[in-house]
Amino acid sequence: MALETQVEGTEIGAGPGVGDFVALMKPRVMSLVVFTALVGMMAAPGGLHPVLGFIALLCITVGAGASGALNMWYDADIDRHMARTAARPIPRGLVSAGEALTFGTVLSVTSVLTLGVLINWTAGALLALTIAFYIFVYTMWLKRRTPQNIVIGGAAGAFPPMIGWAAVTGGVSIEGIVLFLIIFMWTPPHFWALALYRCRDYERVGVPMLPVVAGPDETRRQIVIYSLLLVPVAISPYFIGLGGLAYLVTSSVLGAIFLWLAVRVYRTREGREADRVAKQLFAFSIFYLFALFAVLLGENLAERLIAWGVFGGLTA
Amino acid sequence: MTAKKDNKMTAAQTEAERVKRQRLRSIAIAVGLAVLVVLFYAATIVHLGGNALNRPL
Repeated sequence: MALETQVEGTEIGAGPGVGDFVALMKPRVMSLVVFTALVGMMAAPGGLHPVLGFIALLCITVGAGASGALNMWYDADIDRHMARTAARPIPRGLVSAGEALTFGTVLSVTSVLTLGVLINWTAGALLALTIAFYIFVYTMWLKRRTPQNIVIGGAAGAFPPMIGWAAVTGGVSIEGIVLFLIIFMWTPPHFWALALYRCRDYERVGVPMLPVVAGPDETRRQIVIYSLLLVPVAISPYFIGLGGLAYLVTSSVLGAIFLWLAVRVYRTREGREADRVAKQLFAFSIFYLFALFAVLLGENLAERLIAWGVFGGLTA
Repeated sequence: MTAKKDNKMTAAQTEAERVKRQRLRSIAIAVGLAVLVVLFYAATIVHLGGNALNRPL
């Protein structure tokens, strides 16, 4: 299809390149999905053959990418008016909306069926639920209707470690739910910190993010409330045997810093300084989640190496 | 003005670029399908394990 007749401001009229389709899958979001799903798989009791583990991880990654493409298809009308999203492939006219829809749908169906057939249907069903939740519940229903959009919609981003866990165990247990809850509780303060300094963007396109609807002060209050809920949930893996002492220390120290930053956001309400502390919290929240899951992964790897006698062999 | 001229691709350049991108997309689809075949084959072998050879003749 000749794109130059379709979209004004198209950069090139030669059709989409492979890289444009990769960009549709939101690679940065995918990297966090891969990582959290991997931690879910590694933390689960028992084991999965490395080949099957690789397949499970690939399916979860592709499924997440597919939902990203479908999200970009649906949100193309507002993406082109927001600074953060204007450079996405559809607003730039590099990929047509129809191509994005087909791409996302084919990858969604393929990833779910492959995960279900080759690994197990609990994981397959959870992946299908994740994609459906992100597209139908978050993108189509909640995002443009309620300031609670990212609170409820955040569940979609919280499923990957649970899917990883289910891929290994074939079921859902309290540990998988706790991993889910950490990301679920982390999402609101993370996104609201971003929304505080991107408020005008959301306002312009009519997305009712909390700062737009309830104002920045209420958003700051909610950030503190959700941070207070997040920190104990993030420490809880230690108490159910999912994390060890290193995890307890890391989650406590980083949790204290998270709370301190949230309180700074609450107190700093005027001028550039307000934007600066919100950006600080946003950046730290990404590091926080990454660090928590990295420590869980590190502890688990160390346990496995000890179980295999690697350290014993070295010290003997 | 020069920059504006540079930004405009000629019809021949656009056609060549379109053909190139079409070919790359086709290769990407072929690679994707080949990967899928390999994954199904590998997973089948893993699921069967040693049982593939353990059957009465």
